[in-house]
Amino acid sequence: MNEETIHLDSVRFYWSKVADFKIYIPKLEIGRGEKVLLLGESGSGKTTLLSLICGFLSPISGDIFLNEQKLNDLKANKKDQFRSDNIGIIFQQFNLLPYANVIDNITLPLYFSKKRDSRVTNHREAALNICRSLQLSESTIAMQANKLSVGQQQRVAVARALIGNPSLIIADEPTSSLDASTQKKFLDLMFRQIEEHKSTLLMVSHDSSISNYFDRTINIKDILVREN
Amino acid sequence: MLLKLTLNSLYARLLTVSMTIFAISLSLMLYLSVEKLRSSAYTSFTNTISQTDLIVGSRTGSVQLLLYSIFRIGNATNNITWESYQDIIEKDEVEWAVPISLGDSHKGYRVMGTNKDFFKHYKYRGNKSLVIKDGKYFSDLYDVVLGFSVAEKLDYQINSSIIVSHGLKSFTDHDEQPFKVSGILAKTGTPVDNTIIVSLKAIEAIHVDWSSGAKIPGQITPIDEIRKMDLATSNITAILLGIDSKLKIFQFQRWINEYPEEALTAILPGVALQELWRIVGVVENILLGISFVVILTTLMGMAAIVLSSLNERRREMAIWRAMGASPKIVIGLLMLEALIISSVSIFFSTILLFILLYFLQPWIDTTYGILVTVEMFSLSDIYIFILFIFAAMFVSLIPALRAYWFSINDGMTVKI
Repeated sequence: MNEETIHLDSVRFYWSKVADFKIYIPKLEIGRGEKVLLLGESGSGKTTLLSLICGFLSPISGDIFLNEQKLNDLKANKKDQFRSDNIGIIFQQFNLLPYANVIDNITLPLYFSKKRDSRVTNHREAALNICRSLQLSESTIAMQANKLSVGQQQRVAVARALIGNPSLIIADEPTSSLDASTQKKFLDLMFRQIEEHKSTLLMVSHDSSISNYFDRTINIKDILVREN
Repeated sequence: MLLKLTLNSLYARLLTVSMTIFAISLSLMLYLSVEKLRSSAYTSFTNTISQTDLIVGSRTGSVQLLLYSIFRIGNATNNITWESYQDIIEKDEVEWAVPISLGDSHKGYRVMGTNKDFFKHYKYRGNKSLVIKDGKYFSDLYDVVLGFSVAEKLDYQINSSIIVSHGLKSFTDHDEQPFKVSGILAKTGTPVDNTIIVSLKAIEAIHVDWSSGAKIPGQITPIDEIRKMDLATSNITAILLGIDSKLKIFQFQRWINEYPEEALTAILPGVALQELWRIVGVVENILLGISFVVILTTLMGMAAIVLSSLNERRREMAIWRAMGASPKIVIGLLMLEALIISSVSIFFSTILLFILLYFLQPWIDTTYGILVTVEMFSLSDIYIFILFIFAAMFVSLIPALRAYWFSINDGMTVKI
């Protein structure tokens, strides 16, 4: 189990109220620093899998390990703490608090995680540094989040996921709301930053054309069984 | 950070939030002004007469004596003889005494016979004395002093002529003896405003040709002759008494109540006013109840507004959760919102109240005779504010718990 960021073993999950959605993941292992693309159509259970890994959902049976920590053992509030310490999350879209400015959005995780906060000496400086690396201009940084373009918003989301160096970045189709050219620029910038931060990346997408950015591509059909 | 972001969030919803704050401020102000009016009405009412230690009348109930002697409502069942009056005022304890004689009226306003001591000793609102606004106190036999409202409503000026009617609702006028207005009193907000004040001698004068409450047929004594008469008072209706020591009041009250020559009652005006207020005070409780309901409605409205915006803010909650905020923090955020909204509302409601009072105070004073004081808040107001904040937080638990439920169940699977 060493050198693994994510380890799932015989995980079974279903919603108590939704009878026809039962999933079973026999095994999933993602090593430290690995960048993995999880391919799958919508409705295939991708997001549910991510929710399980992030600790939003608890498996009915089976074990989920994150950085050698068994998630099932953690109480709800410890799970929230663990998540903020270890995972940076990027959603499909609407990642940001629309009413807050860029800096506040980026530094928000530091407020909830002492661990990540301790790695950052100056919140503002750290945020500005990542923003510069992600080619967000000074004027953009001063703006309120809902004034940004979608491409800019997604880059701010990357900055937020990376600040304080969490070991794992989880991204749920972060490029699906971007057009082709923005998408390429976004991925280039994101991957450069992830390499630099030496983070593990698990990204979900339905677009196999971006697989060249990743160390490994997993098709969700190969790891996840629908038990209907 | 949380506070800053909550403020940002509220600012982003400025229109909805300010409407909510406005609504809450208005209802709070309504409550506060009702409360203010209530307490002011109470103060004004209980200060209708002050510094008078005892009111004496013939044997009757204390509220009734108060009603006819001070509020000029209803009638005395019996009179006090002048001998008893003399007997009482000769006692050492009596510092001052004002005789009052009631019974006649003018266009629905009571005519009160008394002496000049009334103007000296009648006090209201603590230590305020009657002030003559126009003219002077009566000097001639047929002079009258009008209460503020009498002069205003009937449009009388100095030197206006007045015919006094016999009794309260009577077709018999004392028309052969017209009175002349010598003075008009300033507004007091007490029943004095509705009273026509004449001398005790005048009361005797207009009843010269009367016997046992009826006019003696065919007898009209000319005014010149009346002026030459002695006009000694034989009966009065009530006596206002000042006792030289507070400690002796109860003792003296008992002495009057046990006065063997005549059946008399002495009351403490303060106590009787309290008793009377308890009867009148039902209205205040209804008002208070209504304004409570208004506040409750607004609070529910606030909860409803937050609740309806919650679906749009589900994404926001998911972001908070993804950042590592526990569901408790999500609840906390909404509670903090309620705290801010209610605090700001309290602030605005007090400002609104002060503005309202500032402009309405003179009007309320002259129209209803209630002096509403524009002053800082009492301890009970502050209790109400704290209670209100707690109530606001409590009702915001409804949307907060729903947000909690959302944030637990949504995880990453938020439908926008």
